[in-house]
Amino acid sequence: MSRRRHSDGDDGGQSHKRRRTSEPIEIEDRLESLICRVGEKSTSSLESNLEGLAGVLEADLPNYKNKILRILCAVARLLPEKLTVYTTLVGLLNARNYNFGGEFVEAMIRQLKETLKANLYTEALYLVRFLCDLVNCHVIAAPSMVAMFENFVSVTQEEDVPQVRSDWFVYVVLSSLPWVGKELYEKKDVEMDRLLNQIDGYLKRRLKTHVPMLQVWTAEKPHPQEEYLDCLWAQIQKLKKDRWQERHILRPYIAFDSVLCEALQHNLPPFTPPAHMPDCQYPMPRVIFRMFDYTDAPEGPVMPGSHSVERFVIEDNLHNIIKSHWKERKTCAAQLLSYPGKNKIPLNYHIVEVIFGELFQLPCPPHIDVMYTTLLIELCKLQPGSLPQVLAQATEMMYMRLDTMNTTCIDRLLNWFSHHLSNFQFRWSWDDWTDCLALDADKPKPKFVKEVLEKCMRLSYHQRIVDIVPPTFSALIPADPIFFYKYQDEANSALPGYAVAITVGNAIKNRASNEEILTVLKDVPNPNQEDDDDEGEGFNPLKIEVFLQTLLHLAAKSFSHSFSALAKFHEILKVLTDCDEGKLHILRVVYEVWRNHPQMISVLVDKLIRTQIVDCAAVANWWVLNPLCVFYVWEILHSTIRKMNKHVQKIQKELEEAKDKLERQQHKKQKDSGDEEDMEKNSEDEDGQLEEQIERLQEKVESAQSEQKNLFLVIFQRFIMMLTEHLVRCETGSVDFSTPWYKNCIERLQQIFLMHHVTIQQYMGTLENLLFTAELDHHILAVYQQFCALQL
Amino acid sequence: MSIKLNALFSDSYVDVSQYRDQHFKLLESSKDVLPPSILQGNRYEQEKLLKQANTLYVGNLSFYTTEEQVYELFSKSGDVKRIIIGLDKVKKTACGFCFVEYYTRTDAENAMRFVNGTRLDDRIIRTDWDAGFKEGRQYGRGKSGGQVRDEYRQDYDPARGGYGKVVSRP
Repeated sequence: MSRRRHSDGDDGGQSHKRRRTSEPIEIEDRLESLICRVGEKSTSSLESNLEGLAGVLEADLPNYKNKILRILCAVARLLPEKLTVYTTLVGLLNARNYNFGGEFVEAMIRQLKETLKANLYTEALYLVRFLCDLVNCHVIAAPSMVAMFENFVSVTQEEDVPQVRSDWFVYVVLSSLPWVGKELYEKKDVEMDRLLNQIDGYLKRRLKTHVPMLQVWTAEKPHPQEEYLDCLWAQIQKLKKDRWQERHILRPYIAFDSVLCEALQHNLPPFTPPAHMPDCQYPMPRVIFRMFDYTDAPEGPVMPGSHSVERFVIEDNLHNIIKSHWKERKTCAAQLLSYPGKNKIPLNYHIVEVIFGELFQLPCPPHIDVMYTTLLIELCKLQPGSLPQVLAQATEMMYMRLDTMNTTCIDRLLNWFSHHLSNFQFRWSWDDWTDCLALDADKPKPKFVKEVLEKCMRLSYHQRIVDIVPPTFSALIPADPIFFYKYQDEANSALPGYAVAITVGNAIKNRASNEEILTVLKDVPNPNQEDDDDEGEGFNPLKIEVFLQTLLHLAAKSFSHSFSALAKFHEILKVLTDCDEGKLHILRVVYEVWRNHPQMISVLVDKLIRTQIVDCAAVANWWVLNPLCVFYVWEILHSTIRKMNKHVQKIQKELEEAKDKLERQQHKKQKDSGDEEDMEKNSEDEDGQLEEQIERLQEKVESAQSEQKNLFLVIFQRFIMMLTEHLVRCETGSVDFSTPWYKNCIERLQQIFLMHHVTIQQYMGTLENLLFTAELDHHILAVYQQFCALQL
Repeated sequence: MSIKLNALFSDSYVDVSQYRDQHFKLLESSKDVLPPSILQGNRYEQEKLLKQANTLYVGNLSFYTTEEQVYELFSKSGDVKRIIIGLDKVKKTACGFCFVEYYTRTDAENAMRFVNGTRLDDRIIRTDWDAGFKEGRQYGRGKSGGQVRDEYRQDYDPARGGYGKVVSRP
């Protein structure tokens, strides 16, 4: 899909303006386009394209130097997958124009400082790597690069800084070595050895508490999920043992060696890493996802080993391609499949591994989940003869290893799989999975298949699911999503409230007003009240039941019908659920009537919260009483937490805007001072109003945050209770506590932390003081400690 | 540091298409636009709304696709505010299109990037920006009550009432 430019016609009145200043802009656009596109498929060789481009840019330097500098700095920062193409280009320019080379290096250093200040650590990483490769292009002198590395590694000596800070600086050095290790070792081997020893010492003493929380599989076999720095260290060690011989990276500058080695080099200015500030947000640690090795790609090129530097470079580049093109799935798929050097590696396996690695990344995937589904579909379209098979192989492998897969990752896997199947007529070799039928329903494999089928049904319909699976799978087929009406027929006429239910039903059908219906409902006896208790306004569960069952029954046809019903009778529902118990009971009734239709429960609960008939606390309490390990309950819970978060953010934003407005007004007053008294008085009033508004908003924020904090407290408290009970029971009964239920529950607790880590960080103090204290069972406390370790 | 490299990072799936709803009317509040430029104003207003919209038109649905299915699929790009199923003006039954409204523009953009062009009920569906649902827009505009495209098409599509109306009319 090419980017269409608006023709002059579309601009209407704008076109004459553009024509006046169009020439320089057009040339600048052309320069940008030329530079961005070099290295793409072309009839000429890469070398001749680079040579040609260097000539063009050299000629344009007198007039467009700044623009060229900015474009080159931008590609260095944003296109790491084409690193060596651009370093070669800069090398050629430096050979032709020494001053330009110097100015470029200066611009890069400025940019590096800015990205670090702005918490853009990934971009800073690419900038450093670019500078490293410039050593290979004879633009930067090796000793000055080593000096920069020494400054980076000295961060490991800093005290009282978060571990993630020194982690990053070490990562920058190690991850640049595949590109520049050879050159640096040739020039400064003593210093480099010292550097690596320092790094070794640091890696040995750093804490790895966070690792279990980030692993996709808990099992060590067949592929250990290694901590990212450990894996990289092993890869660099191997590279060093191989005397820094690295053959995967495309190095166009080799062809220009004779030209480049004539060039004069620049020295990097001494670079001190900026000091740690409290608002620095360093990247979180990661675990390296591995699911394939050389045994999995039976024919064709061999997959590089997990500790080979080739593996690191390939994965890094594939991740970068996705990062650059994730918004355009066709381009992204095409770019992935045209990876340079693809004939020497089993590219499809690498791509599938990298994509699942991102999808399963904890705490969150780098991009929205659905992108990966669509990207895989595009890849299947482009490689119909090979990629679907790799994908099937991957799915089969993941199914086999469900027992040790992290619960959050299983959720993502089943969402992906069901959505994927819906694009391919639900064709799958279900017979291959009959082994799950022999297992208990709460075991991971049958649970997985059941939930996949449930999700497939949501994307189609019940009969379709019955048709696509073999008859042996009938136990796992989801229930027919029917409504359960308590007062269905005369057989239930003995039930209390039955008569009123019929009356209410008729009243609704005859478009009675809210008052009329409330009057009818007055006749419902209250099972909670004493006979002589006359108030009749207290919580009456039967009233709620009679009304809501009947209403939802009449509106059961579709989501829209149910939403209309809730909207129409909003007033009545508010009256009935005035207290906490009322809110809880509404949720119970919704579950009762729609227990076969989890999707309907989800959307109804969502609507009830948004229309403020129930609040988030009620949903948490309802969950507390029914902590079913069924998938949709967690969806509802997480959705509720997210709504709460958005609510708090919204009010905070309003507060910030009001504060900004006040500041601007006061600033303006200062500038306008000396005007008449009238103006001053008016602005005082305005200020007063704003200040009042700010005070009100401040209260609103505090109250919302308090609600939010309580929500988490309720949820965490319940988890702690359930888990502690289980652990105590197992201990007294001398039974192994590690049941499927336990694994599921503790990973769901982890999931709360991971999915909402940004919000929860604010309440760490309270959590530690009230809930996650030292008296807690160490299994439960470990989850909390692992979470804390993510930002230490 | 502010260069975005527009040449490279396009986001074409989110672009507004060529289609414009010919029945689009200005809001009451914009009625003081002068007659000569009213068409132009209409066009600009419409384009502006499309570029800010949170609502998507969804086409090529099967007549049997339910609101529940649409919810499930489109929820993958974010929270859905509401869905309005398109109806045959005469029969008041589903006639193969709908509107999906999100709470945020971002979620709608992700649907344009990742749901548009994929399958629902085994059919490739198409999404496009919509200036916003107004009462009356849920009905097909074809002469027979369904969508215009079903008036004139020649192929047989069992999920969309069989042959096009022009074929099945004697």
